[in-house]
Amino acid sequence: MTELLVSLAGLLAIAAIVWWFWLSAPAAVRVAGSRAVEIRVADGAYQPAVIAVPAGRPLVLRFVRRDATPCAETVVFSGLGIQAELPLDRPFDVSLPALPAGTHEFTCQMGMYRGKVIAQ
Amino acid sequence: MSASPSYTARLAIDGMRCAGCVAAVERALRAVPGVLEASVNFADRSAQVSGDAAVGALIAAVGAAGCQAREIVDEAALEAEQEAAEAAHYRTLLRKSWFALAVAVPALAFGFPAMLGLAMPHWAMQWGSPLLAVLTLAVILYSGPQFFVGAWKSLRNHAATMDTLIALGMAAAWGYSFAVTVAPQWFPAGTAEPFWDVIAVIIGLVVLGQALEMRARGRTSQAIRRLLGLKPRTARVLREGREIDVPLAAVRVGDILRARPGEQIAVDGEVVEGHSGVDESMLTGEPLPVEKQAGAAVTGGTLNRTGTLLYRATRVGSDTALSRIVALVRQAQGSKPAIGRLVDKVASWFVPAALIIAVAAFVVWFNFGPAPRLNHAMVAAVTVLVIACPCALGLATPMSVMVGVGKAAEHGILIRNGDALQQAGRLTTVVLDKTGTVTLGKPAVTAVAAAPGWEEDAVLRLAASLEAASEHPLAEAVLAAARARGLVTEPVSDFAATPGHGVDGMADGRHLRLGNRKFMDDHGIDCHPLAGHAAAFAAQAATPVFLAVDGRLAGLLAVEDPLKPEARAAIARLQALGLKIALLTGDHAATAQAVAERVGIATVYAEVLPQDKDDIVMQLMHQGERVGMVGDGINDAIALSRADVGFAIGTGTDVAIESADITLMSGSLHGVANAIAISRATVRNIKQNLFGAFIYNTLGIPIAAGVLYPFTGLLLNPMIAGAAMAMSSVTVVSNAGRLHRFRP
Repeated sequence: MTELLVSLAGLLAIAAIVWWFWLSAPAAVRVAGSRAVEIRVADGAYQPAVIAVPAGRPLVLRFVRRDATPCAETVVFSGLGIQAELPLDRPFDVSLPALPAGTHEFTCQMGMYRGKVIAQ
Repeated sequence: MSASPSYTARLAIDGMRCAGCVAAVERALRAVPGVLEASVNFADRSAQVSGDAAVGALIAAVGAAGCQAREIVDEAALEAEQEAAEAAHYRTLLRKSWFALAVAVPALAFGFPAMLGLAMPHWAMQWGSPLLAVLTLAVILYSGPQFFVGAWKSLRNHAATMDTLIALGMAAAWGYSFAVTVAPQWFPAGTAEPFWDVIAVIIGLVVLGQALEMRARGRTSQAIRRLLGLKPRTARVLREGREIDVPLAAVRVGDILRARPGEQIAVDGEVVEGHSGVDESMLTGEPLPVEKQAGAAVTGGTLNRTGTLLYRATRVGSDTALSRIVALVRQAQGSKPAIGRLVDKVASWFVPAALIIAVAAFVVWFNFGPAPRLNHAMVAAVTVLVIACPCALGLATPMSVMVGVGKAAEHGILIRNGDALQQAGRLTTVVLDKTGTVTLGKPAVTAVAAAPGWEEDAVLRLAASLEAASEHPLAEAVLAAARARGLVTEPVSDFAATPGHGVDGMADGRHLRLGNRKFMDDHGIDCHPLAGHAAAFAAQAATPVFLAVDGRLAGLLAVEDPLKPEARAAIARLQALGLKIALLTGDHAATAQAVAERVGIATVYAEVLPQDKDDIVMQLMHQGERVGMVGDGINDAIALSRADVGFAIGTGTDVAIESADITLMSGSLHGVANAIAISRATVRNIKQNLFGAFIYNTLGIPIAAGVLYPFTGLLLNPMIAGAAMAMSSVTVVSNAGRLHRFRP
């Protein structure tokens, strides 16, 4: 009986992992104006990590890195060929060109910090 | 989202002429959304802006007000600030690690008697475990809260990171240990063993690993620090008849600056007075000082050695060669070659997959494992979580690229991006442009032959008259030869140039035509009277240039471009690296052949027009060769961009550094061999790192899950997994650091 319960709990945990990390996505922060969008880089995450913007309009992302770990020091937009070294505790503006509709991912060098700009 | 904090940006403003401009610029800046305050200082032409507006928007607003702005960034100070912050973080990590490892000592001691089958004193049995529960909780709260905060934040973002793995592993271990301490009766006999030692040892080792990694990484970016260190903080400017020291950011284009012996040149400029040797080795890698006098270009960051120079600033701020080099090196260091991109894809599913394996390992051990099953299941799940960190995999490529690109910059080689770095090592053929690449690009007339009825001086005078209107590199050589003989040129009219062939025009009522053999043949001019001379000149690696007057051959000039002194040795090095070498030139076939023989090249493409050079590169690529093209980037720009890797070879620092995949600042052909050797060493290093990281993860996870247990009875201790995980990143970073010792 215990074995069955543990197996069921295990299957539920695996299903939850698959659903949460692969099948669902966090809510996007919508940006409409022309102001820079501020993204905090701290504690292993970009905040906000998902930004929805109108397609076809240039965008400035203002990264503020509060995390001294080397993991956080570089942000890479591999699809756009853009990367920047983020100074600690200072804002750093990354200007993106007018983006075609679609999802544009940005990550740290190791791909652990992950975020995306959704152009709609 | 919380309210944006406020920042201060400093801008240098050009184009302000009066107090009215000051007011206009201030108004424009204040109108930018997000600006709280803006003040303009007319005296030092700067503006200070606070608020949260993007710097780009501020610069655009100043532009719309009729002035130009750029951000003032003291990069060296910024870099020093970052270094201090990193050093402080390193010390904090060390403290956290020592605390956890100090707690690990009693925790390990507590576990030993049971491990050795000895009886524990009564007081230790009663108080030991609760005390360790408190101490390890202190370890979690002091040494490891970042794992838990990070795990929670990424969980909310639907992401899983290394923090997720460590936090889950530690939470499970602590929760289980706490439960067996307060309610051992709930657990089957033999399973009520706490994991206090595991928590303290793993957190201690993982944090120590992070500290060591941070220290090793600091060394990998030293190339940028070295380049930034070349920028002086102040410059000595002549203003209103006085010499004043001003901050570097306050130097304007057109300012006259002074560099005394032993002082650095502050910005890019042109010498207006003085004579001195300037050490450019920090940028070009060339050890010998370069002589500078009026008219010569000087580069910011180089060192004035012997005399005093007055120079006019021509490029300042982010336009200087040094700033562009820093930007390029930084850009390249952050870029990934194709070899590293697969890893990015792996990273996004790696951690959730590890979580699934940990759950599966727990269930399998619990259902099918030997007694004590719960204990074994916990050990397997925690060990999988701890060992599965993909850090080594993620670090493998960027660390090596950073050191490799920095190493190249030390040798005066600027690599545009990770792809160029990877491709350079895979080349099979290197095509060398002749002029300016294999030769010095400073041709001189070495002999003159006159046709029957003509005199040498007359031939040279008419040739020089025609060349006075030309911009071809040979023209300077002909004019210099005429000047040396004291000859006076005639005015020329109806001048026309046929690229790759020659020039023609009218002088003294006669039609002159100067060019190569093909140019003469195309216009029906008989060159046979001087064919013997032409062959003899070409055999000596000189280019024969024919002169025809009114449709009849008048004479012949031998123009020789001396070989670069290092050409033969550098080409031999390239051949020793296993590369096929070809010479490409628009020059006469016999001349090209003679040059090729002198430097040891067997394949020659001669008499190729500038616009056809890329065809040769394409042909070679179609034959399956991976082609590197080396040229000066002026008349071979298309061929450079067509090749798998284009090498622009410069003389000094005036070369267009954005134009090629790889720029050789020194102008020495050894740079090509150095670049290829560095590329190969870097790619080898990346492969070692990736191989090590893949092996670590692909073997580590199954072993941690216990696949060896049925065959060997071995179940990995989670503490060993913690040590392995901590060392995996340190190993990758240290291996990349070995590239520092590489000598091309």
